[in-house]
Amino acid sequence: MDAIIQIRDLIKRYGSGAGEVRALERIDLDVWPGEVLVLMGPSGSGKTTLISIMGCILRATSGSVKVSGREIVGLPESDLPRVRLQHFGFVFQGFNLFPALTARENVEIALDLKRLPRQHARLRAQTLLAHVGLGEKAQRHPADLSGGEKQRVAIARALAGDPPVVLADEPTAALDSTSGKTVMNILSGLAHERGRAVVIVTHDPRVLAYADRVVRIADGRIASEAEDATEMVS
Amino acid sequence: MTALAVKNLFHDKVRLSVTLTGIIFALVLIAVQFGLFLGFLETSANIVTRSGVDLWVTAPGLPHVNGGSAQPERRRYKILALQGVAKAEPYLLSFANWKLPSGAKESVQVVGYDLDSGLGGPSSLIAGSADGLRGDDTVIIDEHYRRKLGVTALAQTGEINGVRARVAGYTSGMLSFTTAPYVFTSFKHAQKYMKLPQSQTIFIVVKLAGGADPQVVKRSIAAALPDCQVFTNGEMAWKTQSYWVFSTGAGITTLMGAVLGLLVGMVVVAQTIYAATVDHLREFGTLKAMGAANRYIYRVIVEQAVLSASMGYAVAIIVSLLVVNAARSGDAPILLPATVAAGLFGLAVLMCVAASVISIRKATQIDPAMVFRA
Repeated sequence: MDAIIQIRDLIKRYGSGAGEVRALERIDLDVWPGEVLVLMGPSGSGKTTLISIMGCILRATSGSVKVSGREIVGLPESDLPRVRLQHFGFVFQGFNLFPALTARENVEIALDLKRLPRQHARLRAQTLLAHVGLGEKAQRHPADLSGGEKQRVAIARALAGDPPVVLADEPTAALDSTSGKTVMNILSGLAHERGRAVVIVTHDPRVLAYADRVVRIADGRIASEAEDATEMVS
Repeated sequence: MTALAVKNLFHDKVRLSVTLTGIIFALVLIAVQFGLFLGFLETSANIVTRSGVDLWVTAPGLPHVNGGSAQPERRRYKILALQGVAKAEPYLLSFANWKLPSGAKESVQVVGYDLDSGLGGPSSLIAGSADGLRGDDTVIIDEHYRRKLGVTALAQTGEINGVRARVAGYTSGMLSFTTAPYVFTSFKHAQKYMKLPQSQTIFIVVKLAGGADPQVVKRSIAAALPDCQVFTNGEMAWKTQSYWVFSTGAGITTLMGAVLGLLVGMVVVAQTIYAATVDHLREFGTLKAMGAANRYIYRVIVEQAVLSASMGYAVAIIVSLLVVNAARSGDAPILLPATVAAGLFGLAVLMCVAASVISIRKATQIDPAMVFRA
């Protein structure tokens, strides 16, 4: 089995000259289908930069990043949205739902980007919401949903385009323990039952229990990598 | 139209109200200021544009239609002999004093024209008839100025430069740009009011024969009468308008008002639409992260701008028409012709889209930290 994301010798720098900031230094990392990979590290360590480069939102300074075997470093800017659309679903700490749209419309918009006919999009959005336990709340606006429910809508939206990789940034940070558990069960299920690669950036130690692999980032470098989460906690 | 564009707009009613208020204020300001300017242009030369005259022959050095000086009337016979000329009549336009019943005086502009040809006579008569001017010392005034001239009924008499004047009819909408209303009368009466010798006139106005080229006839007259100046009706109108607009403080003020109205309106719309778009910046960032191409984001933003412009315009045009209607009873008419109203819609869309395009740059230059930050 090939890695869905293969990162080699990745360097990311911001600014230049005296003001240059080295955000990532010579990162080598593989992400495999069917695994929950957790990226941990202190604030400013480079976790978000790494997940941004993986998700083609941010460009690397140098190195290689392959997604499904295709090199994305050096791709023209105009090609990146298509790569994101085909390969990634995003789950954000702040949910990033569209407040003017209902839960179903929030999911539909991801399908609209893929140009799915409206009728099909509506049906699929309803199915995805039912999958995350929100079938009954499809017509509600984000303001009428709890934090956990919002995050589940965000997960349904991330899955709408059927991406092989889900990138989640602090998905449980704004949630209570029960909601956090529900969200992590869904994300874990995506990896283990549906074969998707789930990459989670987090500070939350509760997430470690769901991790197949934990990578610790410090000062822009991979400080340690462990297959067993308990090993990382200790 | 994307659901996001429509729903984003209507979701926050307060924001929508603020946006629309800004657009409506800007468009009404532009419509009124520009309408005032158009009204200024129209009234400053309406005596020319509504005259039905094809060519104006004057003594040299004419600054504008209201500033003509005397010339021999017999010149018209030379003009009549030229090819392409159907009529050539004397015409008088000059400032005079109107004595009110109270004894006070008001400035008026006496318009004397040839009753038989009707060339340069009053249009839009609402009471009396042009034939009424065949009676002794009769004049026609505009109903708008009845109070100013102390006229309460037809047949009432006043005095022009000390000579009796009896009101034989009213026109409508024949407003004067200056404070002096137009008073129409026969050319012969006008000569009497202005104490002009019978052999003199101010203008000779020409009506062309069917199919005659105004420029060709103009050149023929200029060649036959080298001591005269000849203007087409359009040239005389523009000469008069440009004099009042560019050579007087009033014209420049109105023009500046129109330009400032446009600038202030554009700034208000730009600021309003920009703020409305920037409010949704995080959502556009999310869309981009989800894989939306820039053109999808452009579409949403432009659709919101066009929708805002359309709704704002619909209300603004109603408010503007009410203002235009209210201004009819005043001395400063505001004109809002259909072409300007249509142009205003184009301007509204253009301003809103241009303002949103400025914010598009922000929306498409995603900072990943912004998308991932809580």
